[in-house]
Amino acid sequence: MSDAALPVGTSWRRLHPLSPLVRFARIVVGLIVVAVPTLEAARGGAAGRGRSLTTSLIVWAALLGLSMIGGVVSWLVTRWRIGDGDLQIETGLIRRQSIRIPLARIQAVDIVAPLLGRILGLAEVRVVSAGRGGEHGRLAYLTAAEATAARARLLALAHGLAAETPEPPAQPLAVVDNLRLVLALTLRAGIAVPLLLMIAAAVVLIVAPRAGAIVLSTCLPILFTSAVTIARTFNEEFEFSVSEAGDGLRLDRGLLQRRHETIPFGRIQALRVVQPLLWRPAGWLRLEVDVARQHGAQQSRDDPQRVARTLVPVAPRAEVLALLGRVFAEAGVEQPPGAKPPRRAMLKAPLSYHFLAAWHGARYACARTGRLQAATVVVPLHKVQSVRLKRGPVQRMLGLASVHVDTAGQRWQASMRCRDEGEAEAWLWDISAKARLARRHSSPGSRQRAAPPGVAGPVIA
Amino acid sequence: MSPRFWMARQTVIALVFAPLLGGALAVMAALGGGGWVLLPAGVAALAVLQWVIELGRYRTWGYAEREDDLIVRRGLMFRRVSVVPYGRMQLIDVTAGPVDRAFGLATVQLHTAAAATDARIPGLLRADADLLRDRLAAVGEAEATGL
Repeated sequence: MSDAALPVGTSWRRLHPLSPLVRFARIVVGLIVVAVPTLEAARGGAAGRGRSLTTSLIVWAALLGLSMIGGVVSWLVTRWRIGDGDLQIETGLIRRQSIRIPLARIQAVDIVAPLLGRILGLAEVRVVSAGRGGEHGRLAYLTAAEATAARARLLALAHGLAAETPEPPAQPLAVVDNLRLVLALTLRAGIAVPLLLMIAAAVVLIVAPRAGAIVLSTCLPILFTSAVTIARTFNEEFEFSVSEAGDGLRLDRGLLQRRHETIPFGRIQALRVVQPLLWRPAGWLRLEVDVARQHGAQQSRDDPQRVARTLVPVAPRAEVLALLGRVFAEAGVEQPPGAKPPRRAMLKAPLSYHFLAAWHGARYACARTGRLQAATVVVPLHKVQSVRLKRGPVQRMLGLASVHVDTAGQRWQASMRCRDEGEAEAWLWDISAKARLARRHSSPGSRQRAAPPGVAGPVIA
Repeated sequence: MSPRFWMARQTVIALVFAPLLGGALAVMAALGGGGWVLLPAGVAALAVLQWVIELGRYRTWGYAEREDDLIVRRGLMFRRVSVVPYGRMQLIDVTAGPVDRAFGLATVQLHTAAAATDARIPGLLRADADLLRDRLAAVGEAEATGL
C-alpha cells in the first residue's frame, strides 16, 4: 500500500487483498462439498455418457469462478477510512452503498479472526454503534496489526481523545481452564442425559443384543446432536478470558475463530448467574450478561451482540461472585431473609418453588427462578425500564402475585414470581421509587465505573 | 376510559357475532330443527360470554399519571399493573382503528427500550388521547434518560 506510512485509516484505503479468499472460502467449500458427490454420481450413473459429466463439471466450475469473481469485485469496489468524525465505508458495484458511522455513537469495536484469516494473519473489525437501526460496520479483512491499530484509533476517537491514544491497558480478571470447560459442558443436562442413555443402551446391548440395538439406534441421533452442540460451544468458548479495561470488559475467546470483544459497562443491562443441576456438586457457576439492543432488529447469524452474552462460561463460585462484584459493585447473590415466597406458592409453582427467591436493595433487584438449573438475574435499578405486577387466576385464588422488572436487555427480566399479594404491591411501588432515585444518582457520565484517569467513559445513546 | 369505549367494544362484539349467528340460523333453517337448534344457541351463548368478559375488561382498564411515572392497570383474568417512568418512554403511539374512529376514540401506547413493557391505554376520546400524548411527550423530554 502506498500510504502505509500514514496512520491507519486516515486516507481512503482498500481492505486486504486476500480478503475475498477468506470471505468466500466458506462458499467455495460449500460448493465443493455439494459438487463432488454430484459429480461422483454423474460419473457412476452415466458411465459412457461422458457429456453429462463434462457439462456438470463446467457448471460447477462456472459457479465457483463466479463466486470468486464476485468476491474480487466486491473487494475492488470497497474502501474505508476514518475521518471527519465518522467511519466511512464505501462498497457495492451496482448498488453503491456509502456507510457513515458517527464515531461518537460507537459502542464497541470487536475484532474477529476466523481460522483461515488467522492462518493468513488477517482479522475482521466489527463496529457496533448505538441507536435505532444503528449501522454495524464491518471491515473484512485487515491485517492483524492494522485491525488492532484501527480499533485503538476508533475507540480513542469514540471517547473523544486524541487519535493516537493507545488502547487502555486491560487488567485480567478471569481465565477459564479448558479442561474444566470440557467437563462442565459435558455435565450440562442436554448432553449428560443422552450420554447416560447411551451407556444404558450399551449395557442393554451386551445383555440383550436385539433390544439393545434398537435403543442404541434411537439414541445415536440425539447423541450426535449433543456432540455437535458441545463441540460448537467448546469451539466458541475455548481459551476464554475476561479482562477489564477502562471502558468496559474485554472478552477473548475461540478455538478456530478468535474473537476479541468489548462490552462497555454502560451497556450492561442485567447479569445472570446460572447453575445447571449437575454443576452443583462441583460448585461451578456460569455468568451471563444482557446488553442493550434494539428489539426487533434483525438477528443475523454473525451478529456480535448475539454471541457476546457469556461473561464466564464456567468458574468456581468465588470467582464468579468476584467478577459480579467488579461489574456491579456491591451486588451479591446471597439471599437476605424473607427472599423466599410464601409456602402456598408451592401450589402454583411446584416444580420451581425450591429455587424461587427475590429481593431488592437500594441499587439492585435480584430474582431467582428455575426448575432444574438455578438462575439468578441481577438488575441494576438505574437500568429499569418499567415495573409490572401480574396476577393470574390461580395466583389470585392463592393470594399471590408476580413482579417483573424490565430492562432494555434482550434476554431476561427479573421475574419475582409468586410473592405474597400485599408484598408484591408494596414492592411494585418500592422498586419504582428506588429506580427513580437510582436514575437520579447515575446521571450521564457518572454512569461508568471508576475509569482510569485520562479515559472518558464511552458515549451511551 | 370513556363510556363510549364500552359502546365501541359492544359494537365489535355485535359485528363479529351477528354474521355468525345469522349463519348458524341459516344452517338450522336449511337442515331443519332437531339438534341443529343447539348451533345458534351455542353461538348466542358465546356472544354473551364475550360480552361479559369485555365488560369486565372495560371495568378494569385504568391509568394514572403520577409525578414521575405512568401507571396502567388492566386485565380481568390476568390482572396487570405496569409502572413506566416518564424518562424511559421512547415513543408514544396514538392509533385509531375503524371502529375506534367511528366512535371518536383512540389508543395510546407507550414503548420503552424493554420489549416486555406493555402500557396500552385504549378507548380514550380522540382529544384526550392527543392531550395525554402531548403531556407524556413533554415530561418524557424533560426526564429523558434513554437506555
